[in-house]
Amino acid sequence: MSARRPREEIVIRVEGLRNSFGDQVVHENLDLEVRRGEILGVVGGSGTGKSVLMRAIIGLQAPDAGDIHVFGRRTVDLDALEAIDVRKRWGVLFQGGALFSTLTVSENVQVPIKEFYPQVDQALLDEIAAYKVVMSGLQPDAGHKYPAELSGGMRKRAGLARALALDPELLFLDEPTAGLDPIGAAAFDELTQSLQRTLGLTVFLITHDLDTLYAICDRVAVLADKHVIAVGTISELLALDHPWIQEYFNGPRGRAAVASAAAHAESTAANAGTGD
Amino acid sequence: MTAWADFEQIDAEAGKTLRFTGDLTLARLGDLPRRLEGLPGKVALLDLSDATRVDTVGAWVIHRFARDHDAKVEGLEPDEAQLFQHVVAADKPMPAPPVPYGLFPRILDDIGTASVVAARTLYGLLGFMGATIIAFCNVVVSFFRPPNRFRLNATVQRFEVVGVTALGIIGLMSFLIGIVIAQQGAVQLRQFGAEVYTINLVGRITLRELGVLMTAIMVAGRSGSAFAAQIGTMKLTEEIDAMRTIGVSPMEALVLPRVLAAVFMMPLLGFYSSLIAMFGGGLLCWISLDIPPVTFVQRIREVVPLTDLWVGLVKAPVFGAIIGIAGCFQGMQVEGDAEQVGMRTTAAVVQAIFLVIVLDAFFAVFFSEIGWI
Repeated sequence: MSARRPREEIVIRVEGLRNSFGDQVVHENLDLEVRRGEILGVVGGSGTGKSVLMRAIIGLQAPDAGDIHVFGRRTVDLDALEAIDVRKRWGVLFQGGALFSTLTVSENVQVPIKEFYPQVDQALLDEIAAYKVVMSGLQPDAGHKYPAELSGGMRKRAGLARALALDPELLFLDEPTAGLDPIGAAAFDELTQSLQRTLGLTVFLITHDLDTLYAICDRVAVLADKHVIAVGTISELLALDHPWIQEYFNGPRGRAAVASAAAHAESTAANAGTGD
Repeated sequence: MTAWADFEQIDAEAGKTLRFTGDLTLARLGDLPRRLEGLPGKVALLDLSDATRVDTVGAWVIHRFARDHDAKVEGLEPDEAQLFQHVVAADKPMPAPPVPYGLFPRILDDIGTASVVAARTLYGLLGFMGATIIAFCNVVVSFFRPPNRFRLNATVQRFEVVGVTALGIIGLMSFLIGIVIAQQGAVQLRQFGAEVYTINLVGRITLRELGVLMTAIMVAGRSGSAFAAQIGTMKLTEEIDAMRTIGVSPMEALVLPRVLAAVFMMPLLGFYSSLIAMFGGGLLCWISLDIPPVTFVQRIREVVPLTDLWVGLVKAPVFGAIIGIAGCFQGMQVEGDAEQVGMRTTAAVVQAIFLVIVLDAFFAVFFSEIGWI
């Protein structure tokens, strides 16, 4: 379905963004563009305002100055009706999953659908929730469980199922692999990528996970000194002479991630003949 | 503007073909699922080559129909086919939820569960009280066998939070209660021409009962809930576990200062509350019954026996202990998620007030029996 849409369109455009809490300025003159259909990784040291940037884009944090356009609409001072129109088209996965604790996983997934499409009947709703739950990598019986009965990783998957409930065009992921074991994290990465390919998703991905960056991100935006200092593929970033970027990608963890990404690429190439 | 999902039927030898048009997406699905369900006859082929868009919900509806009618699906573009496969792969029947039983068994179940929970809570509370007393004894022993394990700073700080900062609200509450008792008493007693007994009423009821009881309710709401919420949050953030690993006993570091603060502050606050209530009552007597303050005080000294003061002061520390222990106990019971903190905080306050009132009834009978009437 993505083939039937124009490519290279800008989905998110942030211009001259300024955010502050009291005296503390988090963002100053921040510019960022996210293209349709890409997975954009957002990295930065702790406290550089990655989550604040996400919250500003999805309208949870009113910026002091600057412009934010999502799907070509200015979201900074959108009125309530227009905001609903935009919100229908994105899904957000918060760090802890942010599931509604009084609802089961299945009911959690149904919340956005019920909100925006009340005409869908309950039988279909249950079926939709069931396949979304399985699609997000959970067991079918997880649908009846309450968030308190799930582990951290399962909660994230359930959160993803809810974020995908409306088949969004744009997906925000806030540190989706943080706190997952390496196998779970790799599975989550693969899931994100396959969803992005099949659903034609645009993904805004905040992460600390170098493996995730190497494995699935088309481009990476680096947040430092209160703005985006560079955006590009990892090899483009490596060519830059910024100390933080060099330290980040060329540190011991960065090198390990390169090695594992290379090994993964080899094994997929080897498996490609046998069919995946 | 994109078109709504629709389909047309084409009859062929092998069976019907459904040719879909428009957007097969959640937003544009309309009543398509219902119309598909009501379709009579056998369908052999679903043709999606004219569909403009397909999302997972559209794919699911098509897949469900194809699965139920054993029909083939055709005309998918490559990326749509991939999406379709994803949805098909995710078609695993969700096991049915546990069947809810009928109304009557459910009521029995609720009653049984509530009884068990109540019994367990009482048992747990008793155990916790024992643990608190043991911790207290350990700390007392450590006075004589250093190192001293008594946490003076923490305890004094709790004294301030439970006692000093409560003076304003308890004072205001007691003042108003004193006025209400005096006013209501005066209205009733006037019918017998016995307004002067308003003084007896105010003096005795505030010192014996209301001063301490209302203070206990206020402290339970103010400090008991805070104990439960603080300790519960610390439990969630694993602070209590961290304490235990380091070798600090949470009973000594957290529970004891709080319980001690409640035990020591309750008599002081209760006494203060009684005084303020009498002040309020006296003020009303002066204004509305023309009884001057000097007469009021003199009369109080004549009609209120000293035992009334003792009745109040003996009860107060016991109430304090109940409030402190119930608050800390409920805080320690928090497990799992943040929702529990709220539940446990409520439980702490309800339990504390309930136990305080039950004990107050026992005290009333007890003091009457020993002749402190």
